[in-house]
Amino acid sequence: MNEIVRMLSYHFMQRALLVGVLVSLCAALLGVSLVLKRYSMIGDGLSHVGFGALAVASALHLAPLAVAVPVVILAAVLLLRLSESKKIKGDAAIALISSSALAIGVISVSVTTGMNTEVSSYMFGSILSLSRTDTVLSAILSVCVLALFLAFYPRLFAVTFDESFAKATGTRTELYNMLLAVLTAVTVVLGMRMMGALLISSLIIFPALSAMRVCKSFRAVAVTAAAVSVSCFLVGAVVSYFLETPTGASIVAANLLAFAGFSLAGWKR
Amino acid sequence: MAILQCENLGFAYDGATVLEGVNFSLNAGDYLCVVGENGSGKSTLIKGLLGLKAPEKGTIRFGDGLKSTEIGYLPQQTQIQRDFPASVREVVLSGCLNSLGRRLHYNAEDRARADRNMERMGIEELRDRSYQELSGGQQQRVLLARALCATKKLLLLDEPVTGLDPIATGELYNLIKLVNLCDDITVIMVSHDIHAAVRYATHILHLGHEQLFFGPSAAYRESSLARRFLGGGRI
Repeated sequence: MNEIVRMLSYHFMQRALLVGVLVSLCAALLGVSLVLKRYSMIGDGLSHVGFGALAVASALHLAPLAVAVPVVILAAVLLLRLSESKKIKGDAAIALISSSALAIGVISVSVTTGMNTEVSSYMFGSILSLSRTDTVLSAILSVCVLALFLAFYPRLFAVTFDESFAKATGTRTELYNMLLAVLTAVTVVLGMRMMGALLISSLIIFPALSAMRVCKSFRAVAVTAAAVSVSCFLVGAVVSYFLETPTGASIVAANLLAFAGFSLAGWKR
Repeated sequence: MAILQCENLGFAYDGATVLEGVNFSLNAGDYLCVVGENGSGKSTLIKGLLGLKAPEKGTIRFGDGLKSTEIGYLPQQTQIQRDFPASVREVVLSGCLNSLGRRLHYNAEDRARADRNMERMGIEELRDRSYQELSGGQQQRVLLARALCATKKLLLLDEPVTGLDPIATGELYNLIKLVNLCDDITVIMVSHDIHAAVRYATHILHLGHEQLFFGPSAAYRESSLARRFLGGGRI
């Protein structure tokens, strides 16, 4: 118990926990729509773009978030456009963009600083990587994501469940698809610092999948996914603090256990 | 007064005409079946009526204050929906989407409308069940209830009985006819089931890249076109 109190007294831990909880919430809620719309890979693609952007930003000594957020939003818009066009299929478009971004990131790292701890923290995440301004910006952005999700919940549900019906009744489905993609982009960049580029997509996909094993309504799936996501984050973060395991990997492991548990519960019913 | 009037309507994709010369009009309470082979322009006509595709030529006019966004549309089911975790109530309520306007969330009136339409379709005891657990026939009734939330005047059904067993098919046809007769709601149904079409519908529109026939079902039954389309079978 004392150990936990001591852990919470560190400023970096407070910051990490605050941002982590907010980002986990965003990721879980968006994840429900993304998984159901078969957009799961977008999160993965965007995280690679995010890595590229962060690597270039650090090579040019620019503020990482200020570069990465707009670049990843742009990539999200581009990905959505590409996956809606018939010329290049969505999954191929994602593979194209994500590997290109990764390549650009790796090249810019190797010609400037080389593989240092900062770059490694982009790949695998680090709980120490959040500065004070990062924290404030992350908190504000994730509150915006949450607010937009809750405000447009009925419309997002309709667009997720049945795009043609939503469109026919006058909903601007492209707008809401775009909203989803942009919110995902922001969430991916925010979560990346902690989870790492290679692991962030699991934060989006796992909680939704776990919740879908047992829940039967959209609202229940969303609420459960949010709860699972936040608990797994907290468990993962605390475990990583005490056992000195990498943060992102510990959170993914917690999510994997939760998924196994929920699958078992769903299978038994 | 006509609730829907199409004049010399034509559609094209990338300059290639897919449907032309469509002229028909429907009065409130009519029941129209749109028939024709695959690729005859049925889906294109639906998109046009819903305002999702602009006509190449001609006009679509709605009467009685109807807007294209106030059509109760029942699309063909997608793969995504079959394993979608949503309760029946959530799905039906989403039919009130077009009455949201500037509001962000549904109000008590919307909820009451959803309840009423679930009752109408006889699915009120399924309200908390998950959509994915329902049988095909039940799922279609849920989507019909949703469509009824979206409209007071016109239902547009895109092959609603595809994949249903004969009993569920009959039940759904009866429900649709009931809504048509009791609530005076105009029905437009795209169908492959020509036998049911001439039995239930008041009017038939037969497409084959152009309008091959439009008129009352009884007249269609006697036409040489119907006999050919039915493969010589008796109706």
